[in-house]
Amino acid sequence: MALGVPVIYSALTDLWYGFGVALEPHNILWCFVGVLIGNIVGVLPGMGVLATISILLPLTFGMKPVGAILMLAGVFYGAQYGGAICSILLNLPCHPPHAVTCLDGYPMTKQGRGGVALGITVIASFVGASWGITEMTFLAPVLVQVALKFGPAEVCSLMLLGLLAGSTLARGSPIKGVAMTVFGLLLGIVGADIETGTPRFAFGMTELDDGVEIVALALGLFGIAEFMNTVNQTAPIDTKYTNVRLRDMWPSRADFKQAFFPMWRGTVIGSLCALIPGTGPTIASFVSYAVEKKVSKTPERFGTGAIEGVACPEASTHSSVQGDFIPTMSLGIPGDAVMALLLGALTIQGIVPGPQLISQHPDVFWGLVASFWVGNIMLVILNVPMIGLWVKLLTIPYRYLYPSALFFICIGVYSTNNDMFQVGETIIIGIFGYILLQLGFHPAPILLGFVLGPRFEENFRRAMLISRGDLLVFLERPISAFFVFLCLVLIIAQIYVRVRAGNGQKTEAVPRPAE
Amino acid sequence: MRNLLSQKKDYYAGGLMVLIGIGAVLEARHYSLGTLFHMGPGFFPIILGVTMTCVGILIALVAATSQATADDQLHIPKPEWRAWACILAGPVLFIILGNYGGLIPATFACVFVSALGDKDSTLVSALLLAVGITLFGVLLFSYILQVSMPMWRWGSL
Repeated sequence: MALGVPVIYSALTDLWYGFGVALEPHNILWCFVGVLIGNIVGVLPGMGVLATISILLPLTFGMKPVGAILMLAGVFYGAQYGGAICSILLNLPCHPPHAVTCLDGYPMTKQGRGGVALGITVIASFVGASWGITEMTFLAPVLVQVALKFGPAEVCSLMLLGLLAGSTLARGSPIKGVAMTVFGLLLGIVGADIETGTPRFAFGMTELDDGVEIVALALGLFGIAEFMNTVNQTAPIDTKYTNVRLRDMWPSRADFKQAFFPMWRGTVIGSLCALIPGTGPTIASFVSYAVEKKVSKTPERFGTGAIEGVACPEASTHSSVQGDFIPTMSLGIPGDAVMALLLGALTIQGIVPGPQLISQHPDVFWGLVASFWVGNIMLVILNVPMIGLWVKLLTIPYRYLYPSALFFICIGVYSTNNDMFQVGETIIIGIFGYILLQLGFHPAPILLGFVLGPRFEENFRRAMLISRGDLLVFLERPISAFFVFLCLVLIIAQIYVRVRAGNGQKTEAVPRPAE
Repeated sequence: MRNLLSQKKDYYAGGLMVLIGIGAVLEARHYSLGTLFHMGPGFFPIILGVTMTCVGILIALVAATSQATADDQLHIPKPEWRAWACILAGPVLFIILGNYGGLIPATFACVFVSALGDKDSTLVSALLLAVGITLFGVLLFSYILQVSMPMWRWGSL
């Protein structure tokens, strides 16, 4: 692969082309709709990004692929802007990536500096996001050039690495994460076998021959199960500090100076985390907060309203959110459940995710990258002057939210195939998902396994066919062997950490996000 | 302080995974297995089923060898029977009324019944919410997005 001037030049011309796509009037509109919905959902306590994207997914079936993916992606990064408001003003860690922002954001609010915290959040978010997008612009094409040389064996070991990292590095117990991933892979098998057409795990129901509907799965796990878990458990919302006006938001010169370097450190940590599959924005924000506290000359200020404690994790979250798209769009390997859902959306639109995506559908890829710029600028504009409106949204009680969401779930799932069977499927999955939640499982890896499962099996079978049934092929090909080696490192590291931590007693100084 | 009862959660969790794994293997036996060279439809499911069983056993084993913390216990929060029933009844009513009544009654019933699950809800607040969402839903899904479900239909499918 030739790094250097030609790569930069071609990336810039492609990005220019992407702006042409993203700035078409209907695409601007879809991008705006996406970030607006995302921002609203981010603010509302108790509404999740995953549930929202799944509800919107069926509505995008009739749309062109570019508009659909711009909108759904917009919901994801838009929600990150909104999510910080909830953490800073209410001390509610309702969105996992922003849980750590509560630690210093809320004390700032209590000191009457909530506006400043929000202001610095918007600035840090934009800095982080800009870096993440730039990284994607130049890195994704390079990654693709490498990945295009992959055969089935390499794809297979890369997927294994992705699945393993996705299940063990995410929150919660690593073994339980693996269990959920395998469960997702099993769910992905349901339906007719790709080669022989034998219906598998359909239990005689012809409706299941096409497999489990991804919308039904996501809405069962992240909609119905979530509502059952959250109903009547929400704390009363304290609106004492939610009166924030625009003129409170400007950080002073001293604030800005204090937050400047933490912001950049957070950005770099976030973009590194984005490249490791499985470590999404949540991990990035927790790691960057810990690093910042360690680097700081005055670590005792953390937790009492230090502006660095807000700027650093927020920048990190946003740079990681944008960077998350790199492995997803260039390799077809999603890092977390949201990305898995977006890959599902692409597949429904008839676009095969993988390294060939950029060359086969440049409008989708470069349009998406350009729309990140458009969307992030829109979000800054939305968040600064309209802060009063967002703050008002915080006071909508849960008893109005979840029944409305349930209706959207029902009609959304129904409209995927105009079939009530899918609604029933969603209810069953919801009940099962609730049981899993009670047993301490995090359901996010299920979606990862579900989306990757069919392609994993296909490539595995193909690799075996090419090697005439020789399993050693995964070790004989150098790139594949490297991925297998990384898998082993990951497993050994997990065991090592567990043994050293004294039988796995983790103490987290950070409030656990109520997922 | 090793108390079997206090660690129940992970025993149940592991047990459930073992059940799923064994179930998958039993079901996949009926599909042709093939060889590693030419894999049949049953090969991959059986690998997964076996993996799942092992992972389930591992979860239970880890629970057995580690000290109990408060986090490990199976603590069922005060059962919210009414809330759970209402949340599940909403979509069930949506299926029934969607098939036999149409979009308007289905939407109304789904929102109204599930809203009653929250302990702060009153009949009036649930009613108002249901009317509002029904109006909005019909406008959005029937007129704008043209979902293929009639607003009213009585009796037949």
